[in-house]
Amino acid sequence: MSEAVLILGATSAIARATANAFAARGAALYLASRDTEELRRIAADIHLRYGVEVHHGLFDAEATGTHDAFFKSVLAAMPKLSGVVLAFGYLGDQQAARDFKIGARVIASNFTGAASILSHCANYFEPDGQARFPHPNPPPKGEGANETLRDLRVKRRGFIIGISSVAGDRGRQSNYVYGAAKGALSLYLQGLRNRLYASGVRVITVKPGFVDTAMTYGLPGLFLVASPQSVGERIVAALGKSADVVYLPWFWRYIMLIIRHIPEPVFKRLKL
Amino acid sequence: MPTLISSISGWGRYPVQSCELERPERYADLRPTETSLITRGQGRSYGDAALNENGRVLLTERVNRLLEFDAEQGTLRAEAGVTLAEILEVIVPRGWFLPVTPGTKFVSLGGCVAADVHGKNHHHDGSFGDHVLGIELILADGSRVTCSPLENPQLFWATVGGMGLTGIIGEVGLKLTPIQSAHMMVRHHAAANLEQLFGLMQDASIDDRYTVAWIDSMGAQLGRGIAMCGHHATQQESPPGFQHKGKKNSRAIPCDFPAWALNSLSIGAFNSLYYRREGAKREPFLSGYDPYFYPLDALEKWNRLYGKRGFVQYQCVIPDASAYDGIRQLLQELSASRRPSFLAVLKRLGAQGRGLLSFPMAGYTLALDLPIRDDGLFALLNRLDEIVLQHGGRVYLAKDARLSAESFGAMYPRYAEWLKIKNALDPQNRFSSSLSRRLGIGGSDE
Repeated sequence: MSEAVLILGATSAIARATANAFAARGAALYLASRDTEELRRIAADIHLRYGVEVHHGLFDAEATGTHDAFFKSVLAAMPKLSGVVLAFGYLGDQQAARDFKIGARVIASNFTGAASILSHCANYFEPDGQARFPHPNPPPKGEGANETLRDLRVKRRGFIIGISSVAGDRGRQSNYVYGAAKGALSLYLQGLRNRLYASGVRVITVKPGFVDTAMTYGLPGLFLVASPQSVGERIVAALGKSADVVYLPWFWRYIMLIIRHIPEPVFKRLKL
Repeated sequence: MPTLISSISGWGRYPVQSCELERPERYADLRPTETSLITRGQGRSYGDAALNENGRVLLTERVNRLLEFDAEQGTLRAEAGVTLAEILEVIVPRGWFLPVTPGTKFVSLGGCVAADVHGKNHHHDGSFGDHVLGIELILADGSRVTCSPLENPQLFWATVGGMGLTGIIGEVGLKLTPIQSAHMMVRHHAAANLEQLFGLMQDASIDDRYTVAWIDSMGAQLGRGIAMCGHHATQQESPPGFQHKGKKNSRAIPCDFPAWALNSLSIGAFNSLYYRREGAKREPFLSGYDPYFYPLDALEKWNRLYGKRGFVQYQCVIPDASAYDGIRQLLQELSASRRPSFLAVLKRLGAQGRGLLSFPMAGYTLALDLPIRDDGLFALLNRLDEIVLQHGGRVYLAKDARLSAESFGAMYPRYAEWLKIKNALDPQNRFSSSLSRRLGIGGSDE
């Protein structure tokens, strides 16, 4: 199994841990983010630790006009791209709700940018998308029809892992702009999963709870905080399991189940 | 950058102080603050070197990327937050080893430079700083500067052993040492008393690249111990390949031991057993590098053995001229105090290096782990300081939690030279720690 995985937003702690976990099982990587200086450091580190091929390149989620060229350059570097991890996100701050300038960026990064790059990825993995990015060595037609069929299926099999958030499961006054953008991303991934099912492409929605990263460092009121390493390892492990929506750590599924089922007349009174 | 106010300590769990922690994940976020700041890697210094009471502590644990490794030349460049354990995983399979290593691999690369750590091979290979090719240092004004023995040498030798007080160590280049095997060829020599032990350590016919002596501080005979000599096994001596023989599974101490768990009886019993078992290994034997260099790393959180109040590691060096007398006096003082030391280690040190605040000097270094039961311990340690001073020795700052400013001044004669460099680069003394304030290092000194 030779994997080639694109990681979007590769400089976050969760993305770095996920990249490490992929590299540990031999995957080649393409790391993308706005911060190319950090990318250079992370790419060198992963290459030295795991001996895998690591590419990196500039990717700006909010600059959707650049996504087409970006994705082509990824395919030029890794023609056998087999998976994509969408790991970027922008939390903004409390002001996002009151100042739409910040709110617009939260939406542009977490949802619009995600939807844009995911459309390129989906088209690539889907059979129709193959026409746009033809395989360099198309299999011969004729006798080996069975072979060809299997080959095609292998080529088309891929995965898209989208890192959304438990914040997208219910709107709360403390971060509903971020929550709305992530909730929209979760819905988008759900639709994409439905569309790509027939093509054999896995689409996994990951919803992390509290993870010990720069985003949460020093915040009061956190509990059961998971390490980025454990989250990264479980994201990769999710490929070997059947769940479509993965809460990390697992107990967040039940926490969010309860939160989603609080009746709105009660929920609106809560300070969350 | 978000911060977290937390009570933290060094490895000895004494003192415990409230500090404001920040934990950058990007290299560009390694930046000084307007107010007091000290960098902290893995927090493995024992006392207050990586504490800053009511001040800022910069954690480098996430700025830990390996940047370059030349397996032909044996050079490595990495961010300072990386641990020696992580480096070993990459370099040992390619035939290289750390040029100098302390007794734990769970320390940061930057910490090894800041404390100019030494290993069992100091008498042959010098200290960590002697193998550093270059450092990228982030100064008090936020600028980045490269220093090495050739480029900005003054700043380099103020930073090597400078306890993080000249700036934030961002990147380190290191010259590695070649090995033919991941194994060590080790030989033990038992000594019935201190005189014999010194005899063994001075005997060139048994000396090896790495030499260390374990002392039974509870023994009936003062200074009973075992000299342990070893070298990286050659191809002929070891099984082929760089397979690692060490036990992979480590165990953790699950909770604080009660204060009485380590007492004269339990330590005495352990020491007798250890002396008999290890002293019997007269023939050379192969050992993995992990059990040889890092025996205590197999026991995670072993500092909990000493109970909630923690412990002090007292490490000093006595110059060659009166090393035997000095070490004998120290052990006698310890023995008379009836305080058990779970660990007592004696090593030979080679010539003093160029690091202005570096610990090593030609002589013998003794390290003792002493649990804090009562304040009487500090009176004992003051008496040990006096003995060390009488013999012209010094105490190791990376282990220290209680030395006086006056004793520090007497022990580190090159401090004035260091202070000139410090004042020129950091006039407001932004890089300061609980240790630097306690010892009067830096700041508005006349």
